[in-house]
Amino acid sequence: MRRFLSFRDFDWALLGLVLILCVVSVLEIYSTTVHTRFASFESKQVLFIVAGMAGMFILAKVDYHRLLDWSPWAYGVFLVALVAVKVIGHRALGAKRWIAIGPVQFQPSEWVKLVLVLAVARYFANLGGRNLTWSEIFKAFGMVGIPMALVLIQPDLGTTLTYAPILVAGLFLGGISIRQAAILIACGSALIVGVWSSGKVLKPYQKARLTSFINPDNDPRGSGYQIRQSLIAVGDGGIWGKGQSKGSQTQGYFLPIPYTDFIFAAFSEEHGFVGALFVLLLYFFILMRLIQNAQTAADLPGALIIMGIVAVLTFQIAVNVGMVIGFMPVTGIPLPLMSYGGSSVLFTFLALGVAMNVRMRRFVN
Amino acid sequence: MVSSSSNRGEKLPTLKLTVVQYGILLMMLALAGGLWRLQVLGAQNYRQLAEENRVRKEPIMAPRGKLFDRENRLIVDNYPSVTCFLVREQNHHVDADLPLIAQGLNLDLDQLRATLRRYRTSPGYQPIPIKEDITADEQAFIAAHKNELPELETIDVERRLYPRDGFAAHLIGYVGEVSEEDLNNPRFAYYEPGDVVGKAGVEETYDALLRGQDGSRDVIVDSHGREVGYLRTQHAVPGQDLRLTIDNDIQRAAEMALGNAPGAVIVMDPRNGNILAMVSHPSYDPNEFAVKINRADWNKLITDPLHPLMNKAIQDQLAPGSTFKIIMSAAGLEEGVAQNMHVMCNGGADFYGRFFKCDHHHGMLDIHEAIPMSCDTFFYTLAQKLGIDTIAKYAIEFGLSQKTGIDLPNEMSGIMPSTQWELKNFHQRYYPGNTISVGIGQGETQVTPIQLLRALSGLASDGHFVRPRVVDPNNQPTPIPADFQQALLDSFPGSGDKTVPLRPDTWMTITDGMAAATTPGLYHTAEEAHLDGVDFAGKTGTAQVVGGGDTHTKGGAKTPNAWFVGMVPRRNPEMAIVVLQEHGDWGSGSAMIAQRVVIAYVNKQRRLENNVLQQAGTSKPVEVGAVWSDPVSSDPQPSGRKGAIARMATVHAGHFFLDQAPEKPGTETAAPKALASETSALPEWLSESLLRFKENHN
Repeated sequence: MRRFLSFRDFDWALLGLVLILCVVSVLEIYSTTVHTRFASFESKQVLFIVAGMAGMFILAKVDYHRLLDWSPWAYGVFLVALVAVKVIGHRALGAKRWIAIGPVQFQPSEWVKLVLVLAVARYFANLGGRNLTWSEIFKAFGMVGIPMALVLIQPDLGTTLTYAPILVAGLFLGGISIRQAAILIACGSALIVGVWSSGKVLKPYQKARLTSFINPDNDPRGSGYQIRQSLIAVGDGGIWGKGQSKGSQTQGYFLPIPYTDFIFAAFSEEHGFVGALFVLLLYFFILMRLIQNAQTAADLPGALIIMGIVAVLTFQIAVNVGMVIGFMPVTGIPLPLMSYGGSSVLFTFLALGVAMNVRMRRFVN
Repeated sequence: MVSSSSNRGEKLPTLKLTVVQYGILLMMLALAGGLWRLQVLGAQNYRQLAEENRVRKEPIMAPRGKLFDRENRLIVDNYPSVTCFLVREQNHHVDADLPLIAQGLNLDLDQLRATLRRYRTSPGYQPIPIKEDITADEQAFIAAHKNELPELETIDVERRLYPRDGFAAHLIGYVGEVSEEDLNNPRFAYYEPGDVVGKAGVEETYDALLRGQDGSRDVIVDSHGREVGYLRTQHAVPGQDLRLTIDNDIQRAAEMALGNAPGAVIVMDPRNGNILAMVSHPSYDPNEFAVKINRADWNKLITDPLHPLMNKAIQDQLAPGSTFKIIMSAAGLEEGVAQNMHVMCNGGADFYGRFFKCDHHHGMLDIHEAIPMSCDTFFYTLAQKLGIDTIAKYAIEFGLSQKTGIDLPNEMSGIMPSTQWELKNFHQRYYPGNTISVGIGQGETQVTPIQLLRALSGLASDGHFVRPRVVDPNNQPTPIPADFQQALLDSFPGSGDKTVPLRPDTWMTITDGMAAATTPGLYHTAEEAHLDGVDFAGKTGTAQVVGGGDTHTKGGAKTPNAWFVGMVPRRNPEMAIVVLQEHGDWGSGSAMIAQRVVIAYVNKQRRLENNVLQQAGTSKPVEVGAVWSDPVSSDPQPSGRKGAIARMATVHAGHFFLDQAPEKPGTETAAPKALASETSALPEWLSESLLRFKENHN
């Protein structure tokens, strides 16, 4: 097995695309923070990227089958961690999301994503791609649903939602029948309507955030403020943009948190339609490249892992960019590889590391 | 441990992966479409919104025009002050800051919330004034909390400074924040909430001139409202200064003469309607209104039984009492009835089966005696002869029951009863017995002091009735725009300027009768008010109040209102005066007040007239003879003059009276003044040399 492994098989093209995106990200973080007390965030982001790349290479070295073998253990450990967050967690901004281990702030919910990708891939791979029974489907639901519930009560709606595509991708690729899917969609819709109208699961501010995108002008100073400012920023950019560090929405801090969740809006204002399209294309190529890797994967678990990652990334891109341009509610989901933030960068690179891992072993058979 | 080998070689179905790829492609296209919609189609719209976000209009307050008296002495000034504004625009959490703001600025939290609520519908970029005239402490608070409370802004404004003692307060009026009610009024169409607007007096009438035009500055701000830079500044246009017709000296004298008694004094120049003084007591301090007046002070002012906010000079409607006898006399003389009328006064007489009382047993008298003695019996008889409608015809002709059209807000029109009036208001026939009381200014007749003054002035000026005014458009530092003046006249309709042809004997008889009233003589009502060497004429009035009868308790609610109208000189007067003392008892008391004002007026006139010649007592003006030619150029330098004389044939000669500098510096200052000149204007260089000549002479 060993003799076939080589970094020559590493996906350098994918890494290239990712690094271009990272450069764009660092430049934009610089632009949005240079005149604020968050100045020098871009160098921190570079550190995160370097650390992420290191993690990526390390994770690429370890055979993903070993990772799959560990995944049940990791799953258990992180469930405990999520409970611990609720019990001993560090409270910030009204939510408990972090636990401190020594000096390090640790946000387990990001890591759970990766663990879930592996665990779900393992689960469906073991089922062998045949038609699923209802009990198998419910087991998968339970597997993803328990961490989702734990994260939702932190409360962290955004991260909770990012777990869902892992399950959806798993079910879709794992062999769910159209009939089962239809029934699930019907039940799911009913459940959503029920949850929404019961008013118990979602907090009012979460509800407000979820609906204000439909008409931000109804409440321009309340929950619609961020959406409104984001739309103005994007539209203000025009075709060619206002230029690096020249967006009035971005530089005047009208755009909320322009270096994380709304970085795409900031980028769109300063670099216009052309710049925004360029970034979307980069994402498109990255996703296509990953899917190609899934096709060439040596086995079903490998392909499922990559497709889980594709699902998570696609979902995050869709929801974040959709939010910025007013298609989606404000959910606080970062844009992978663009938004500032250690956890997000680290997760993305580790996920890519796992994908590389699969690709490097595509001929191992 | 996972049987990975078991599914090795299994692959994902290519179809499903293709579906996923197309799904992602679709999503990307949707996102790109969204970007197209915002950045290409909506770019212009959003660019404008971004601009509105970024740029904030900051007002620059125009200083209000100052008010001067007719001799250009400052009455109402401005002083610099700081107003605190709240900017809502970029702050979505203002509500949470309110308690801190209220505490720091010493405001009532509920009141602050109410203020904000009032501005709810106005555009977001408009700053809300939350406290005016803030103290140094409060300014320090705002500066110290710049980061926590970036929504607080301070703006330098010019604030009104009125005379502290209520001097001419009713005439001047006051300013205040425009009220919600006003904003719905079309007159205030161009005002915005928070604007300062004249609320009474000249401040209200001439608001459009006085207020000027606020400027603004476009300030670039960030989302915290912090200023980052400026775009452009539109400078404020200061309000126009106004010169009032009042004379500080006479106003002061009238204020002093009236004292604390509730009432009014108006002094007018009957030749042009210029109001030289207008006093209404009790007064108030308009400065209390300049900053927002507090509820307690306001309540005190509006519930005071003496009505300090009411301008009694133009708003008090009372029975004129015997002052009405002037109008009666005019009516009687014009009708040819009063000339040859002789009436026997036995302390009253019977009319329509009822005895009507007179103050004295005047005996047999005619109109020449009836006016100075103010014999009721005579005028009862005259009233009976004329009938109510004839009386009303003349009274209305002379301006009663109509506004005079003075350029002050909220003038009242008074009442003049007649058969028509009775029919219209009470749907009944006029009872002729009431005419008898009307004859002596009682009954339903009600006049305002300004009406009475205008009527008397007109009668004394041979029927030239004028419209009173407090701003003379012909005596202004900057001319009043013609369209404004016209709009002003239109918006204060009234009897205005008018000439009523009078029989000469009407004019003579009335004015002589009034002159006799202030001359010592038996039963002459105002003899104590006599002034030696001053042609001061007048008529008193002691008007009984409803239910008061003949009560004469000083200051009581049932005590008669005391009136006096008079003028100097008796015919074609230069000044006319009306004095009203509410419940002041006898009109002779009011005559004494008028006397004091007349003394001040006459003394001032003498001083002015004698400014130059009076000095002759100590040093006569020096006669100066001089010969000069016109300078060639506009250059009046002495060096150029010699050449000019040589070249020019025209040589002027003249004599000048040059008065000398006052003996005591600091008293009357008399500028060197040419009194007589055989040629036209003095050349500039000559007056200069005359000046030098005068200095040498001292």
